[in-house]
Amino acid sequence: MSKYLYYPGCSMEGSGKAYHDSLMPVCEKIGLELQEIDDWNCCGATEYLGINKLPAYALIGRNLALAEAQANGAKDIVAPCSACYLNLTKTDSYMAKKDGVDELINDALAAGGLSYEPGQLSIFHLLDVIVHEVGLDTVKKNVVRPLTGLRVAPYVGCMAPRYDYAKRWSDSEHPLELDLLIEALGAEVVDYPLKTHCCGGHMPQISPDTAYELIHRLVDYAEEVKTDIMVAICPMCQMNIDAYQNETNQHLGTNHKMPIVFFTQLMGLAFGIDEKTLGFGTELISAKDALAEIGSEKTVVKKKRPRKDKNALPMPQPLISKAPTREKEISR
Amino acid sequence: MTKGNGGMPQEKIGVYVCHCGTNISAMVDVEDVAQWAADKLKHRGVVIARDYKFMCSSLGQELIEKDIKELGLTRVVVAACSPHLHEKTFRTACENAGLNPYLCELVSIREQVSWVHTDKVAATAKSKAVLSGGVERVLWHEPLEAMSVPIHPATLVVGGGIAGIQASLEIADAGHPVYLVERDPSIGGHMAQFDKTFPTLDCSACILTPKMVDAGVHPNITLMTWAEVENVDGYIGNFDVTVRQKARKVITDLCTGCGICVEKCPKKVLDDIYEAGLGYRKAVYTPFPQAVPNYPVMDLDNCIYFDTGKCKACEKFCPTEAIDFTQEDEIVEFEVGNIILATGYDLFDARKMSNYGYGRLKNVFSSLEFERMCNASGPTEGNIVLRDGVTTPKTVGIIHCVGSRDKNFNEYCSSICCMQSLKFAHVVDERTGAQVYNFYIDIRTPGKEYDEFYNRIVEEGTHFVRGKVAEVTNAARQPDEREKLIIQVEDTLIGKQRRIPVDMVILSAGLEPRHDAKDVAKLFGISCSADGWYIEKHPKLDPIATMTDGVYIAGCVQGPKDIPASVVQGAAAAARVLGKIQQGEMELEPIRASVIEEQCSGCRICNDLCPYNAILFHEETMVSEINAALCQGCGTCVAACPAGAITGTGFSNEQVLAQIEGLLMDVNI
Repeated sequence: MSKYLYYPGCSMEGSGKAYHDSLMPVCEKIGLELQEIDDWNCCGATEYLGINKLPAYALIGRNLALAEAQANGAKDIVAPCSACYLNLTKTDSYMAKKDGVDELINDALAAGGLSYEPGQLSIFHLLDVIVHEVGLDTVKKNVVRPLTGLRVAPYVGCMAPRYDYAKRWSDSEHPLELDLLIEALGAEVVDYPLKTHCCGGHMPQISPDTAYELIHRLVDYAEEVKTDIMVAICPMCQMNIDAYQNETNQHLGTNHKMPIVFFTQLMGLAFGIDEKTLGFGTELISAKDALAEIGSEKTVVKKKRPRKDKNALPMPQPLISKAPTREKEISR
Repeated sequence: MTKGNGGMPQEKIGVYVCHCGTNISAMVDVEDVAQWAADKLKHRGVVIARDYKFMCSSLGQELIEKDIKELGLTRVVVAACSPHLHEKTFRTACENAGLNPYLCELVSIREQVSWVHTDKVAATAKSKAVLSGGVERVLWHEPLEAMSVPIHPATLVVGGGIAGIQASLEIADAGHPVYLVERDPSIGGHMAQFDKTFPTLDCSACILTPKMVDAGVHPNITLMTWAEVENVDGYIGNFDVTVRQKARKVITDLCTGCGICVEKCPKKVLDDIYEAGLGYRKAVYTPFPQAVPNYPVMDLDNCIYFDTGKCKACEKFCPTEAIDFTQEDEIVEFEVGNIILATGYDLFDARKMSNYGYGRLKNVFSSLEFERMCNASGPTEGNIVLRDGVTTPKTVGIIHCVGSRDKNFNEYCSSICCMQSLKFAHVVDERTGAQVYNFYIDIRTPGKEYDEFYNRIVEEGTHFVRGKVAEVTNAARQPDEREKLIIQVEDTLIGKQRRIPVDMVILSAGLEPRHDAKDVAKLFGISCSADGWYIEKHPKLDPIATMTDGVYIAGCVQGPKDIPASVVQGAAAAARVLGKIQQGEMELEPIRASVIEEQCSGCRICNDLCPYNAILFHEETMVSEINAALCQGCGTCVAACPAGAITGTGFSNEQVLAQIEGLLMDVNI
């Protein structure tokens, strides 16, 4: 049983409730113990850092300070939301530069009787913990109902692997972690080159046209490559694509109907946990039809292996074909 | 630690302060410094202090020589530029006037004062302090005699690319023996992979192979391919070299190069060196038809017999019984006087820029892959086709600066990629008629007839888009993007984002130091820049020599460069070596360290610290000894010795402490 300090972030109680509901039973299966940081506050999401830096960093710093004080041995902190994760790692890394930012933040924290020494905590995204720390072998061991035949688009979003302050991810543009996890669940990963493209972030609020265009691109391509369901690792990505898809349709005259759920929901499904517990049904674009594809006759038919073309020229081998583990740190 | 008073003979010191045009005098009141030295350092033995516009000029030197003769100076201190530049000049002037050259001290008031300060009063005061340090130090100098060593007439050239071949031929043609050591099965280097060379578009093989053949048959060249240098001992004029000749498993005396073994070998292997991963070779192979030497080598990692114990097809069919599975690596030792390193470059691994899709999107090619594709003896016999091997592209995008001029990878410009990309544009146009787009940051074509070549390609109708490509993707947004690679780029000339669909993308990947450049540098006792390129003695005036006497560098090992520049460096390195050989012997600086045996505790701390491997430990007597010929006088061991058992001529404790004392003098009194 590995123990982590848990920073849930605001979404897990609201728009990302399905993420929270599915995470809890999944954690139990894979032996991940999460100790919620007591009295945590909002990370400032994407907006606050753009408005007023010092209070924004101080807000994030407060969470780090609380985590450090409550650490009690466990020095690893995990965030399920990519925005929270990025803000935490960014602040930790900026403070570690010791160029004055750390002092300003600690001055602010001192008003509340808190302080934080950068580098004291290791900060992880939930997906990173499951793939690199818990490990795919543990995941595979828990799969009782492989998601055979389900064509899944791995949508990582832009904020988890970019910028990779802690050098945790296999690649910043085309990270493999989510692909490998989906494969471990028995589903089929579609080639989804937009996996780290932007979901619109807070654009639905300040520039809806921009958001509609971005959402359209992501969903349109997913449909193009015959995706049954998209999978997200961030509550904001999931919400934008799920909640604004109909508005996008109205605005652009399209007819998209692409469900998007959290990766923990698919894990739970493969682990044999019932759909309701996992929060299925709370998504606005229903995943029901997609889930009906699992194990169905038409999809289980093995893809014919493309015959080797004797004229074809050899391809360069990919630089990374499997996600590095903690023992073998990413060297790049 | 003061010397020169209280019973010791009074030295007569001459002080010379240089203006260096305005380089020094603009920031330092040189006249005041000279006057001050004459007054305030008189009691330290300064009998004359002068300032002069250019001390290094012949008139400046004559001033010193005249004073030595007429005033009987016994010590000279020159306050001017860094000793790197003119120490030798002033030592020679002293020697000409009959004074031992090592009784001259040069203090830097240019690099260490005028160029780095902005306050003239403070800079003048600092110059006085530095000068005072020099005066105190020179009092402790002792006359030294240079050491002479013979120069062995043979030369080791490492790396058989065009730079190494050129260097070898120049030296061999002058009648001196050369050992040319190459890691790969054949000489030729990267140039042997290319199809055409810019800007003349002449066939690379046609101009290279005659030189390869010359190097292969030259009576003065001992060609060792499939071999690596394992160890180097010694010093300029007298290097002992150990080379590992890897087992070819082919007896070269019997092999006729007929190629039957290659033909009969059933094992096909991806050739990621010579064919850049675009083609195959056999497990027993010669990398290309014009290989020199033309004997095959056996790739033991892929040979079926070494894997399973069965096969031996090559042996069965060889008409001269030249295959020998029992052949072992051979260690060859020889002596040389000089070494030229021409080990070349590696191509930047474009897979690291995952946004360009190399290794993920099949119709993205690296520049070396494309070179092989253009080459008539390459995997496609010179046909320009997509990865399916048959379809001719209708639109091609060439992306410049992949891995170069990029803070995430290499900040430097790889210098050859612009011209190479223009060449590619021409070849694509000529052979396919496809639309070609060049995506560039800046076009850099400085070179003879290079800009003319650029204009020619512009006129041929190639499109030029100025902007760093953001992404190459297969995610279509429009119907006309389906099944294409879309290049997303900000066209900075029109200030707009563009998406340009193409069939094929060529990445002009930059040049990088060899992956093992740092190990090789250590083996030869030279240094690398932070990037990994080898550091020349002087970036402008001595780009061929290194800080280690007798070791020269040529070609891309010093930094990215094209074929003409590599040839120039190869020839220049050869000229330097020939000069040394002609001399027959050379004088070594007597500034070096020595161990006082009685005080050495045998702790060996100094052994590993020496950057020139000059310290030898005697197990029987348990003391360290410094090889005077190898020692460069850096002083590291002197400072490190816990017993104070090492002294350095030119940097003894007395000299250093006296200099510090001089530096600390209150110059304002």
